[in-house]
Amino acid sequence: MADVVGNKVIVMPVKGAYIPRIDDIVLGRVTDIGMSGWQVDIYAPYPAMLPASETPMHGRDSVRRDLRSIYGGGDLMIAQVIEFDRTRDPLLTTKGRGLGKVTSGRVARINNTKIPRIIGKKGSMITMLKKETGTDIIPGQNGVILVTGRNPDQELIAVEAIYMIEREAHTTGLTERVKAMILERMKGITVGQ
Amino acid sequence: MGNKEQVQLINQNGLRVDGRRLDELRPIKLEVGVLNKADGSAYIEHGRNKILAAVFGPREAHPKHIALADRAVVRCRYHMAPFSTDERKSPAPSRRELELSKVIRESLEPSIMSEYFPRSTIDLFIEVLQADAGTRCAGITAASLALADAGIPLRELVAGCAAGKIDGKVVLDLSDVEDKKGDADLPVAYMPKSNSIGLLQMDGSMTEEELKQALDMAINACRTIYEMQRDALRQKYHIERDESEREEIEEVKA
Repeated sequence: MADVVGNKVIVMPVKGAYIPRIDDIVLGRVTDIGMSGWQVDIYAPYPAMLPASETPMHGRDSVRRDLRSIYGGGDLMIAQVIEFDRTRDPLLTTKGRGLGKVTSGRVARINNTKIPRIIGKKGSMITMLKKETGTDIIPGQNGVILVTGRNPDQELIAVEAIYMIEREAHTTGLTERVKAMILERMKGITVGQ
Repeated sequence: MGNKEQVQLINQNGLRVDGRRLDELRPIKLEVGVLNKADGSAYIEHGRNKILAAVFGPREAHPKHIALADRAVVRCRYHMAPFSTDERKSPAPSRRELELSKVIRESLEPSIMSEYFPRSTIDLFIEVLQADAGTRCAGITAASLALADAGIPLRELVAGCAAGKIDGKVVLDLSDVEDKKGDADLPVAYMPKSNSIGLLQMDGSMTEEELKQALDMAINACRTIYEMQRDALRQKYHIERDESEREEIEEVKA
């Protein structure tokens, strides 16, 4: 679990709170709507702010009238951290490709330390997950993962696989076992293309 | 202690009422990660003590004004369940529980790398389900494990154990009768790696010589408990690595 390199100790965390980092893609939920932006829960010890100027709709009349028309309370969004340090709360943006409100799909929440395991070496695990379940998977660095598929069964299998990876993250040969599990489950459903 | 009723606590063979030797610990059982809703948890059975510890955090500071700019605030609540004692204990926090909450927090705080989580809080709950003397020490032992289970970076684990004096002899880890009828009780919390003491209290009276002897005894017991804590963590957490992963680590090292 820990390795010593010269005068440094490298510790592999197995659990822990999500500490935001600049450029992270996270999934968050709107907790409060203010005059000039939203407060977003990104499942970190710090509440994140999404200023109105960081939405693609900024500048249009409707924005000035009501922020609720863009993101309402409880809405889930994919956002990127643009600013964070020890003294300031994280600042988010939803300007950019793939960012914005989540309108469909299923969410799995795991500990953020297990996200690298979901992605795998050079993306091997996530590529396999997407291919075998036929879903699109967006892993937020804060441990919230969005799964969208053509039908709910596929999404459920992908979510099950994600939780399996979290549970067995410390074991080897995991990709193969997850793949076998997915193939087994996929037999039971018909995938309408 | 003049009004205490005289009881023989050590028999002619040098054994105590529960059959232990003078420097023998009560049996200890530790378990990590017993609660699902808490970020970290641990359970300890130390003799007849049964204690649960739960940790939440680091999380957003509420109310906001308690937050510190340079580190996390550590809050601790030590509480005894109404059914933990012989006589029903009122569930309202007593003066004693408030004090223990404070000393437990202060004994654990130096071990927590709270500077990594400025403006947040780490909440610690210690619930005594069954009390049999030495709950603050067992509580510290469990709480430190719960902190580790929550994934909070720690400098090291903290172990707690008491020593004391009964029938004029220095003994380790007092049980309930020994605590009530004995001459002195000395709870200690200790961090073996940095060789530092986080908690040292005394109830009763001892000579300087006896105090030194009792402290040595308690510290030695804390080292034993520390090993048990490590084993409990290892039982829950271990990483299986295959060849390629080992190579990757070697690459990082190089």
